[in-house]
Amino acid sequence: MTSVDDISRARGGVAPPARGSTARRASPGPVVRRSRRGYDGWWPVLFVLPTMFGVVLFYLWPIVQTGYFSFTEWGAFGGQTWVGTENYARLASDPDLGTAVVNTLVYTAIVLLGIPIAMFVASLLSRPGMRFTAFYRVLYFMPYVAMPTAVAMVWRLIFNGDFGVLNWALGLVGIDGPAWTSTPGFALVAVSIVGLWTSLGFAIIILSAGLKTIPPELYEAASLDGATPWRQFRSVTVPLLTPSVFFVTVITVINGFQLFDLLYALMGQGNPAIQETQSLVYLFYNEAFLRNDKGFAAAIAMVILLIVGAVTLLQFRMQRRWVTYA
Amino acid sequence: MKHLMRSASVAGVAAVALTLAACSGGDDAAEGGATAAPTDAQAEITYAIWDENQKPAIDQNIKDFNETYPNIKVTVDLTPYQQYFTKLQTQGESKTLPDVFWMNGPNVQLYAANDLLEPISGLVDAGDVDPSKYPDALNELYTFEDAQYGVPKDFDTVALWYNKALFEKAGVDLPTDDWTWDDFTTAAGKISDELSDQGVYGVVTELNSAGQSSYYDSILQAGGHVISEDGTTSGYDDPASIEGLQLWADLVADGASPTLEQMSDTKPNVWFNSGKAAMFWSGNWSVAEMKDSPNKDDFGTVRLPEGPEQRATVIHGLANVVAADSENKEAANAFLAYLGSEEAQRTQAEMGVANPAYDGTQQAFVDSVPSFGIDVFLESADEMSFPYPISKNTAAWNALENELLPQAFSGERPVEEVAQELADAMNEELAKE
Repeated sequence: MTSVDDISRARGGVAPPARGSTARRASPGPVVRRSRRGYDGWWPVLFVLPTMFGVVLFYLWPIVQTGYFSFTEWGAFGGQTWVGTENYARLASDPDLGTAVVNTLVYTAIVLLGIPIAMFVASLLSRPGMRFTAFYRVLYFMPYVAMPTAVAMVWRLIFNGDFGVLNWALGLVGIDGPAWTSTPGFALVAVSIVGLWTSLGFAIIILSAGLKTIPPELYEAASLDGATPWRQFRSVTVPLLTPSVFFVTVITVINGFQLFDLLYALMGQGNPAIQETQSLVYLFYNEAFLRNDKGFAAAIAMVILLIVGAVTLLQFRMQRRWVTYA
Repeated sequence: MKHLMRSASVAGVAAVALTLAACSGGDDAAEGGATAAPTDAQAEITYAIWDENQKPAIDQNIKDFNETYPNIKVTVDLTPYQQYFTKLQTQGESKTLPDVFWMNGPNVQLYAANDLLEPISGLVDAGDVDPSKYPDALNELYTFEDAQYGVPKDFDTVALWYNKALFEKAGVDLPTDDWTWDDFTTAAGKISDELSDQGVYGVVTELNSAGQSSYYDSILQAGGHVISEDGTTSGYDDPASIEGLQLWADLVADGASPTLEQMSDTKPNVWFNSGKAAMFWSGNWSVAEMKDSPNKDDFGTVRLPEGPEQRATVIHGLANVVAADSENKEAANAFLAYLGSEEAQRTQAEMGVANPAYDGTQQAFVDSVPSFGIDVFLESADEMSFPYPISKNTAAWNALENELLPQAFSGERPVEEVAQELADAMNEELAKE
């Protein structure tokens, strides 16, 4: 991608922010070098303390506890006994774990397909002369802010095998549709489609904001050099949008791994396809709250944490290959 | 004091409560459970329930309770059933259970075994609660290691609901109280054949997520059992139990019942309610829904058909319990005793929300929809009811049932193979208790 380098140079070659910092940065301000603890002393620490207190108390400490509990057998109302790595050994030989990992990956992959769609829609919305953009933005964003349960209730009706509008429409062209949310295979696709649809709004908003940060003079320069609109999209829009795309990708993947409420509400209790369709978090829920086996569930939670951590780390490693910070 | 309770008018109950409270006010540390508070007691207590339909009747109960106990403020905490026990378990773990709350059969032993419930012996000894006024099966359900922990609130049995119009349309004789499995399956098959072009099925019932209105009953009818009487071993590998499961697998395979996918997409009660199924195995909890159905004039009920071994239905009922850690145990007990009283349960029956447990108050519920013939549920309770299968950690093997049995009903795997696997897995869970 030579265009990437071109643009970096054109913008004065500002170095990309350090790995692990926020994915996107506002316009690069003057950089002041300071020593490690600087002249601000402990003030900055004091200001983040309240937040850190909450994060430690409500996020980090529970993670540590869950880690500990994953090595115990947990009575129905507390009372843990240390069982070593027994939970992990059981988990490793549990056929449901493999199914859940694969399902979660398939779901995440399908939902990620929403990003190109969102890029396309966001570009359309930012075209000069486009009318009712605010209306469209609200329209696309609505599913994202709606309660997942409410969304699932509506889609359940659409997907209903006997009386659903989807199978009715398919029937018009001679296709006998399945019971979408309760047939193994189809159920995962159905859940993923709804997941994609709900996440679209979030991606569009972030990408629209990303588009706004691209300086118009770049397009001017490109068109003076004779670049066609398609070429402008490929060589200016796409590379400069990569930080936003990266951010959306990371968030979408993390959300994808946390698939639970949509699946649970869309498939309902006692769905014959749940075994083949369950996600990692569903597996966790099933063990923790339906079978009262919280020690084992804690082990599942740790595995989810490790997978999400590993995937996110990998994404940050890979970003240097394709993300352009201008 | 039993004779007083029996002739209870409103004033009578109040007078009894007053007297009793006066006798029992002082000695709160009896060897058994705690006793009830005096009528001038001052306290704020929480009452946790899960059924929104019952809220109006419960509000009425609280109002009536406050006539006698004006200074005990009761706050209702309503949590939908799907989350109720998840929440309760967390509360139990952090010792913040509501003072008084609803309990069901599958969960009672778990809570009793962990000392989270107050035995009702204090109230019984003081005469505030008389267990003989409730069905034996319910008292038994809420007894763990010789102590009773709940005051029965209501009960339900299962019967065969049918749609007269669909039977007539298919030219099949209406079901009777003397039907056998053969009569039942033949009729179901015939109706499905005759009316399949209209999308009508012979029979529906819940097979996906609970056995109460389907295989728990058919297993008993075939002479099998879900769990041994002492609650230590699974009965799913009993050939008679397998026969009870086979009934449903056959009905699904014949197309007499919708498939499990169809019953997952559209729930069994909706199939029946909307006139798309001619028969429906269900309990008296369906009365509240079916009385508002557009097809309500066509609905009727008869006893469940007789199986190869016997007639049978499981009986289950809710109970009110008091938390052992309640800070206002005496006030909570006073409210518990009131909820178990004839007056309170009659109110529930008259408002048509539940089939009450108190002896003699059920008629009001039967009368709430005369055309359904719902006295069949009471007859079934008297003549052919068996306790609902439970153990100390019922939820653990309920999850196994829901995971494995659908594979048998859908014809994906042979019933016998699934039943054997379920029995092994269930025994493994039971061994942990």
